[in-house]
Amino acid sequence: MYWKETVRQMHDIGIGSLLIVALISLFIGAVTALQFAYQLDGTLVPRYYIGYIVRDITIIEMAPTITALVLAGKVGSNMASEIGGMRQKEHLDAMDIMGVNTPGYIVMPKILGALVAIPLLVIIGAMISILGGYLASVPTGLISNEDYLRGLRSFFVPFNVTLMLIKAFVFSFLLTSVSCYQGFYVEGGSIELGKASTDAVVISDIMILIADYVIALIFTV
Amino acid sequence: MIRIEGINKSFDGVDILKGISTTFETGKCNLIIGRSGAGKTVLLKILVGLLKPSSGTVFYDKTDFLNLSKKELRQLRMQMGMLFQGSALFDSMKVEENIRFPLDMFSNMTRKEKNHRVNECLERVSLTGENLKYPSEVSGGMQKRVGIARAIVFKPKYLFCDEPNSGLDPKTSIVIDELIDSITEEYNITTVVNTHDMNSVMQIGDNINLLADGTLVWKGTKEEVLESENEMLQSFVFASPFLQRLKARAERAHP
Repeated sequence: MYWKETVRQMHDIGIGSLLIVALISLFIGAVTALQFAYQLDGTLVPRYYIGYIVRDITIIEMAPTITALVLAGKVGSNMASEIGGMRQKEHLDAMDIMGVNTPGYIVMPKILGALVAIPLLVIIGAMISILGGYLASVPTGLISNEDYLRGLRSFFVPFNVTLMLIKAFVFSFLLTSVSCYQGFYVEGGSIELGKASTDAVVISDIMILIADYVIALIFTV
Repeated sequence: MIRIEGINKSFDGVDILKGISTTFETGKCNLIIGRSGAGKTVLLKILVGLLKPSSGTVFYDKTDFLNLSKKELRQLRMQMGMLFQGSALFDSMKVEENIRFPLDMFSNMTRKEKNHRVNECLERVSLTGENLKYPSEVSGGMQKRVGIARAIVFKPKYLFCDEPNSGLDPKTSIVIDELIDSITEEYNITTVVNTHDMNSVMQIGDNINLLADGTLVWKGTKEEVLESENEMLQSFVFASPFLQRLKARAERAHP
């Protein structure tokens, strides 16, 4: 096992994507809170439901799925381009001739790094999203501090966190393996490399959405 | 010594190599020459195992290269070094890290021993003190020399060079050719060079194989090149208008 390379990948994927994941999560939480508050207007549904809905939408769907879709664009395209570039510049051939197990050295650390870093990003994203909901609704007077916290504590199903992590692991594996495959088998020049990078994102996104549906079907229906 | 027999290779039904049989001798610079698209790179890739031939055999001394187990293949590959057309240096690694890479992967040497070996190789290719530069910070010729240093770091028995002079000026090309030639002699290794550079052919061609349309059409030494009446060889050697004029002038002077 190439531990040094795996740790480098964890750092690149995790720290490298932290800002964008945090930013997107913050706004998704905020928008969810605002729009649910808008829909509650004139209904008998208690206001503290805003906290409850933000929490569950974030944990069950938004944090794992949106994070994975964003990372497919950022990390996935980067992996496809990096590996594809190595293929075109004969780096992979050079490693093969040296006797290096190329998929083991190039692909496996990326997959393992993602399997560790992306679920952590999803957890952080979920927390920031709930914070975003708080910032959008409490300081603006849409809901009181007590009501938001009460909503967060209401009807909590611990399995939903497990579901979030299951999704995070599955999506991480899908986006990295699809992207690495696209880069590893790229042929031709810069146009093909660009196409491989785009395909990595598009195919990863489709696979993530299909997997999201299948996981929902298996665990929640 | 490397011996190939009846090598055929086709892609999508198109024959690229047709029944190539030849021997690459130990202690000599063995050249594969020919025009672009003649099949040189495909043959070189078959020799190093990056491509499988459609049929034929490849023997490294007495070892049947195409029927090795993964473990045996890995052991044999540790005896190979290869200089790529674009050098294939890893951009994110410094010069010394590039050269040390095979040692980091496969040797049990201590850090100090590895650094000593890296410095030996750098000295051998006249790049002493360039350890900490990145590939992008050195010239094309220096990149080739770093590529050679990486190829010889394990003291290989077989050295392969794919278009070692491509993209280099004539003077730097001569330096690279001389380096390949002297390393071949010093380590007594089997060197296979794929080139279409006539200066290289006449400088280091101990054993020359001319490919045309996937067929081996001529074999000989650099001394025999000018004596041969093989039309394909002559049209390849005197492809440049400058050489054609020189030849015509020589024929006029000595009819």
